[in-house]
Amino acid sequence: MENLLEFIKQYKKNKAALVGFIVVVIILCMAMFAPYMTAYMPDDQNLADRLIPPMWDAKGVISHVLGTDDFGRDLLTRIIFGSRISLMVGAVSVGLSLSFGLVMGIVAAYFGGKTDLFIMRIVDIMLSIPAILLAIVIVSILGPSLFSAMTAIGIVGIPTYARIVRSSVLAEREKEYVIASRINGSSNFRLMFVVILPNCASPIIVQATMGFASAVLEAAGLSFLGLGAQPPTPEWGAMLSDSLQFITTAPWMIFYPGLAIFLTVLSFNLMGDGLMDVLDPKLKDK
Amino acid sequence: MLLSVKNLKTYFYSDAGVNKAVNDVSFDIPKGKTVCIVGESGSGKSITSLSIMRLIDHPGEIEGGEIIFEDRDLLKLSDAQMRKVRGKEISMIFQEPMTSLNPSYTVGYQIDEALRLHQKQLNKKQRFEKVVESLELVGIHNPREKYGEYPFKLSGGQRQRVMIAIAMACEPKMLIADEPTTALDVTIQAQVLDLMKELQDKKGTSILFITHDLGVVYQIADEVVVMYKGHIVEKASAEELFKDPRHPYTKALLHSIPIPGVTPRKSKLDTVDENVDYLSFPKEIR
Amino acid sequence: MFSYIVKRLLWTIPTLFGVTLLVFSMVHLTPGDPAAAILGDKANKQSIADLRAQMGLDKPLYEQYFIYIKNLSHGDFGKSANSNEEVMSEFKDRFPATVELSMVAMFFAVILGIGAGIVSAVKRYSIFDYGSMFGALAGVSMPVFWLGLVLIYFFSVKLGWLPVSGRLGYEFDIDHITGFYLIDSLLVKDYEAFWDALRHLILPAIALGTIPMAIIARMTRSSMIEVMKEEYIKTARAKGCSRFQVIFIHALRNAMMPVVTIIGLMLGSLFAGAILTETTFSWPGIGKWLVNAVYQRDFPVIQSTTLIIAIIFIFVNLIVDLLYAFINPKIRLN
Repeated sequence: MENLLEFIKQYKKNKAALVGFIVVVIILCMAMFAPYMTAYMPDDQNLADRLIPPMWDAKGVISHVLGTDDFGRDLLTRIIFGSRISLMVGAVSVGLSLSFGLVMGIVAAYFGGKTDLFIMRIVDIMLSIPAILLAIVIVSILGPSLFSAMTAIGIVGIPTYARIVRSSVLAEREKEYVIASRINGSSNFRLMFVVILPNCASPIIVQATMGFASAVLEAAGLSFLGLGAQPPTPEWGAMLSDSLQFITTAPWMIFYPGLAIFLTVLSFNLMGDGLMDVLDPKLKDK
Repeated sequence: MLLSVKNLKTYFYSDAGVNKAVNDVSFDIPKGKTVCIVGESGSGKSITSLSIMRLIDHPGEIEGGEIIFEDRDLLKLSDAQMRKVRGKEISMIFQEPMTSLNPSYTVGYQIDEALRLHQKQLNKKQRFEKVVESLELVGIHNPREKYGEYPFKLSGGQRQRVMIAIAMACEPKMLIADEPTTALDVTIQAQVLDLMKELQDKKGTSILFITHDLGVVYQIADEVVVMYKGHIVEKASAEELFKDPRHPYTKALLHSIPIPGVTPRKSKLDTVDENVDYLSFPKEIR
Repeated sequence: MFSYIVKRLLWTIPTLFGVTLLVFSMVHLTPGDPAAAILGDKANKQSIADLRAQMGLDKPLYEQYFIYIKNLSHGDFGKSANSNEEVMSEFKDRFPATVELSMVAMFFAVILGIGAGIVSAVKRYSIFDYGSMFGALAGVSMPVFWLGLVLIYFFSVKLGWLPVSGRLGYEFDIDHITGFYLIDSLLVKDYEAFWDALRHLILPAIALGTIPMAIIARMTRSSMIEVMKEEYIKTARAKGCSRFQVIFIHALRNAMMPVVTIIGLMLGSLFAGAILTETTFSWPGIGKWLVNAVYQRDFPVIQSTTLIIAIIFIFVNLIVDLLYAFINPKIRLN
């Protein structure tokens, strides 16, 4: 409890990180209470109300705050519901990368030798292909869909986590408390996951936060390319790619979904930056 | 007097408050003599030497006093004027020979740089000869070959010799040596001290020698300044100080380590008592 | 140094092997019969079997892999399933467009990134420092495709200063000499075409360069701050070096080492950005081609581009490592 209070005190010092945290909370609330925040559903079409500009425009109406798209769907509603998709993509792909990366990193560092060499070779090979290219390969195997995009981003993220976990486990492995626990007869499994792992939590938490941000960004990118979420899913990247032809006539259809991506990613990055300051100051300047 | 420090005050500012690292310190350095400042770490001895060079960085600030060098107050010089003093009139060498040389440039380049800065009348060839000469002077074998060597190829003792060569390149009137032998092996230490004495005899350079090692003081000092928590507690000639220390802190310091030729055989050593506030004693400044 | 290069070259072999294996297995990992997928629903059994034989799919897997590698070593990357053209020749047509865009973007990113990083480090805790570091974090969080669209909206649609998309106006025609329009137009002394090509490049290069610029700025700053704490900086100052000399002669060179590494690593993410940027600006490069190939499930194209780009990426990293060794005397001389 005292640790937590100290943690909050330290974290609050970084004002930008605090703002990031607040925005993240707002986005979380948006995702959770989406149906209660707006009078429309994301797929409600109303062809009579097509391409209405935002309400502060001369031609705008109060009932469509950010205007409507080419099907007369309320833009704000679609953005609010889009937060659900982005957060889900972030959670699923970070979960995927984290679980595989964690096991690979910890096994490599703990057993060392040939096991380490083998695992790290795989990691090197994965890193030798640009991430988005690997993601596109995976998507083209699975066929374009939101599911494929999440899987691809998850797989592409594995090596980063494996490396971070490995290097922090390596640093912990030879410490006295681990040796003491080994002498007391702990099994390898117990040593790896119960004894060592909790002490490597800081860099992993920081990476997961930053990784969440980049997963959201990458998913939006894939959807923008038409390789992720498919219309009419209210995914922010997909919304942008649907609106390309309206850049001259209805620019609001481009501004706001992109702004949503930007703010979400930025706040997770700010949060990650703040966590890094508090949890792992050494990491900061690397 | 070559240099007189008068009522020097150097403070460091932080959230926790003001740290008066150097608090009203005065002493003189005669021409051609060696003055040692002794004290524990944190006594302000290094800060004093950096203040003379005006190399105090934020959050440190020289708050008051005068540093008279040949009738000029160094604290009143402009930055450009001060740069002409550094390396030309007063040189400085540091504790860590391993990190004091720039890893990206050759030994020769780094000595040559001092000549390029301060002896603009020399041409390239003349400078090369002077660099070789100064390498020879500090006892580096094969100076022509060593000219193109990078610092990481040299041993600690050799690097400190190179540092001295840089410092002596422009034949300064004064050399400040901030614990130059602390990081070296004992045998190398003696060699470097001999070298400094030899150069002093040849060139008539004054030396301000900062150390915590009374053994070194005994070997090299003409005058001794004892510092404790930012204050000078005792000033004396080396002879007097070792024969008849007046201040309780000096006595404690002398009793804490064996000094060849001073400490009687089989005498019991003591530690400096951290619980005693030696500042409460009257200052025995002779 | 020589043994370092050899060792570094040998390390690329398992990586190359892994990459070819991955690309090779792509076709086999795809659910369903690739031959049937290519021919579509209406194909009869005989033509599917023919295509299978033609593609070598009836042979055992390891044999297929060897054939694949053999063909690759002859420079035979197969034919596009859609256009039926040699993948390699189409690649050659499009590759310069991507490289030209990436280089201009990287140039812009390196100059501005390193500049902002140095000033931030030197004027630490100043308004400029806070501003540029927040800007850098914002840059990393920026969806490049959106940034591209916003740039198009302001500079092309609203202000009309710069072209909306493409590489060159229709009224111009540049001979393919190097494939880089900026160079080719200068070679034939067609300055109007050069100016037009440059105008087309500006917006996509800014969009593509933003993320690398942000990363370089952050890296330069932290590396400079680290280096400025070093003892040898104190030595340089004690020698009488001016602030300018301390920063640019003594600090910058040492601070650049991690930055060079990160620039090398970033060439990969630059390509990622290029795919998105090319789609946004209808830039006729590899990225756009690859995305279209994925829509059309044109596996030979996906496989080959992935492979070629991975190989280029591996060798660029190799060069960066060697460059790093070159600027770091400790590696160069050991």
